[in-house]
Amino acid sequence: MEQYLNLAVRAVFVENMALALFLGMCSFLACSKKVATGIGLGAAVVFVQSVTVPMNNLIHHYLLNDGALAWISPELAQYDLSFLGFLCYIGTIAAMVQIVEMTLDRYFPALYAALGVFLPLIAVNCAILGGSLLMVQRDYTLAESAVFGFGSGVGWALAVIALASIRERMRYSNVPQGLRGLGMTFILTGLMAIGFMAFGGIQL
Amino acid sequence: MASAARTTFVDPLFENNPIALQVLGICSALAVTTKLETAAVMCLAVISVLALSNLSISLLRNFIPGNIRIIVQLTIIASLVIVTDQILKAYLFEISKQLSVFVGLIITNCIIMGRAEAFAMQNGPIMSLLDGLGNGLGYSVILMATAFLRELFSQGKLFGTTVLTTANDGGWYVPNGLLGLSAGAFFIIGLFIWALRTWKSDQVEEEG
Repeated sequence: MEQYLNLAVRAVFVENMALALFLGMCSFLACSKKVATGIGLGAAVVFVQSVTVPMNNLIHHYLLNDGALAWISPELAQYDLSFLGFLCYIGTIAAMVQIVEMTLDRYFPALYAALGVFLPLIAVNCAILGGSLLMVQRDYTLAESAVFGFGSGVGWALAVIALASIRERMRYSNVPQGLRGLGMTFILTGLMAIGFMAFGGIQL
Repeated sequence: MASAARTTFVDPLFENNPIALQVLGICSALAVTTKLETAAVMCLAVISVLALSNLSISLLRNFIPGNIRIIVQLTIIASLVIVTDQILKAYLFEISKQLSVFVGLIITNCIIMGRAEAFAMQNGPIMSLLDGLGNGLGYSVILMATAFLRELFSQGKLFGTTVLTTANDGGWYVPNGLLGLSAGAFFIIGLFIWALRTWKSDQVEEEG
């Protein structure tokens, strides 16, 4: 139990997807003008990330890894399909986003309306694919990957909501001409990254 | 024609830079720039994938049905990235280890999807190839400049060769560790955008 808690804390704070690993930067910078959009996007990322990372973990362990096909028949044990990884993960992500979208539309229309356009956009958010690739690289088990998926999604959501709140306040400050908009956002994100470095080395 | 081709190729360098103005492909720009060597390899990978994906999507553009185009584009891009990744693993194993997941993340690099959608779907193969090369170079300009500053000031090295002897090795230069950290990359790119927008003042954003 303790190791899962530790993994979750690491995924949320120490190895924050957006501020330490630079993943999902495009939508992080583009969709953080308002807190409301930040919350919507963050919730969608948490949701999709918690579903796709364990899903890709199963695909990796039972279809693609070296000798993973042995459960079908022993002759297939010699195949190593891991070079197909990228194609399968992105396919799974695109399909999962579609399924999540349809399920929400059918059973939770209020949440669906709130997430709106952000749900389909998530298929090309690199935090999602990055989460799956990191999971493969670090060789997580199914339970670990579920915790990692959820934790990294929460970390990303936290960062985007924090940045959006800061940007709403920035409206009242006098920023130099050329730095307005994107330039200032980069510098703000840099300062936030320094803040998050304070979490470095936390172990439970 | 010749001047249109020239504009397509040269514009993304400074006038319409993918990173500084179009806000595309930022993740990798920040993560691989701690060293010039990794940044150079990443640039080559992105330029080749971008040029080839633009070319092949533009050749196929009249055969791709509109409502499944995203999946078709993603498949083409993912296949090109797999080829690139295998080549890197075969010939530049050490560097491909350092780049870790970021080679795979070229698939979701928004420059590639963005250019496929915005340019290659509407234009002929040769112009699309030029657009791909131009945008790849525009991306590389920012990446290489950032990596140059970060490696020089955080380690006193360029391409792994010592330029400024650091104080730890008995030299005079006290390295600035901040630039080696993630925060340093954000500051450098933020300042780049500032410099670029001071030079080309029409790119300044209205306060929003």
